[in-house]
Amino acid sequence: MAELFDALAQAIRQDELCAVVTTLGGPEIGSKLLVQRANTPDECGSALNSVGTLGSPALDQAAIAHAEAALEARKPTRVSLSIEASDWDLLIDVHAPQEVLVIVGAVHIAIPLVTFARELGLRTVVVDARTIFATQDRFGHVDELIQSWPEDALREMTLNESTYVVTLTHDEKLDTPALICALNHSVGYVGALGSRRTHAKRVTALQAAGVSEEQIARIHAPIGLDLGARSPGEIALSIIAEIMQVRNRKGESK
Amino acid sequence: MKELLTDINQWQGEGKRVALATVVQVYGSAPRPLGAKLAVSEDGAMVGSVSGGCVESAAVQEALDVLSTGKPRLVSYGIADETAWEVGLACGGTIEVFIEPLDW
Repeated sequence: MAELFDALAQAIRQDELCAVVTTLGGPEIGSKLLVQRANTPDECGSALNSVGTLGSPALDQAAIAHAEAALEARKPTRVSLSIEASDWDLLIDVHAPQEVLVIVGAVHIAIPLVTFARELGLRTVVVDARTIFATQDRFGHVDELIQSWPEDALREMTLNESTYVVTLTHDEKLDTPALICALNHSVGYVGALGSRRTHAKRVTALQAAGVSEEQIARIHAPIGLDLGARSPGEIALSIIAEIMQVRNRKGESK
Repeated sequence: MKELLTDINQWQGEGKRVALATVVQVYGSAPRPLGAKLAVSEDGAMVGSVSGGCVESAAVQEALDVLSTGKPRLVSYGIADETAWEVGLACGGTIEVFIEPLDW
């Protein structure tokens, strides 16, 4: 008792992606299976670990296959399965790591962007080496304000699929190294502020630094959904809207 | 779930039993998505939500009942349900909520 919940609570606290499968009907109602990605694939070639059982090995196996897809899409799913002549009604609940928005450039747009992101449940980090921008007065509402070179700060961070990186400085010295660092990881979103002309220059710089075309194509630029935005608040809204769109459509067929 | 852990831990630390309600199906428009959660302690305290506030009080009652019987159950709230007239969703949607004792 409580063993599975303890494992779940630990995974959530450690910011690990995991799924909990629950039977919603039948004699085994309420039975649970916790599914997590294993650090190293086991001898069967499966990259998933599980704790608990839904009632039968065949059902567990089928549930794990569905959990894998739900983990990939990071979306809870309700599934009906027919296994060994019985019908099963399951919820595959997905617990995703805390989402983090890393904003490179403590510029005006970053101020409303932090506000919007926090409202949507994201942890916010603002990085800027220029101490005149990165002040507590301007960013009293941010979760973490880092006064250093973005490249150095990003190298210290855990960058994963739940991390979204935006560069807002327009300054190649600050933006480009940060972009290279972000593109080296499988972050969930990379966006760079700047006109098409600025972006063309940036692409040239990235190519010169040896970044592949495939990686460069991951950058959302011009950044944000096209709202015809003009004010910093409107631009921030278009950026956070694009991040939500990319996140929510993940796992959908294109 | 993360935002529920502190309260759940505290309740369990005080020796209280806890029920967990999870949105497992959403038809039409509904304020909380699949997987949204409400935790209820045996003395009726709650944390989290399964709707915009329309069905929480009914879900808490159901959760206390689940704690007394010890059996999980699947409950439907909304326009398709008889209880809709009492605890209906203002948005016109229907949700299914799975309510279980947190004993696993």
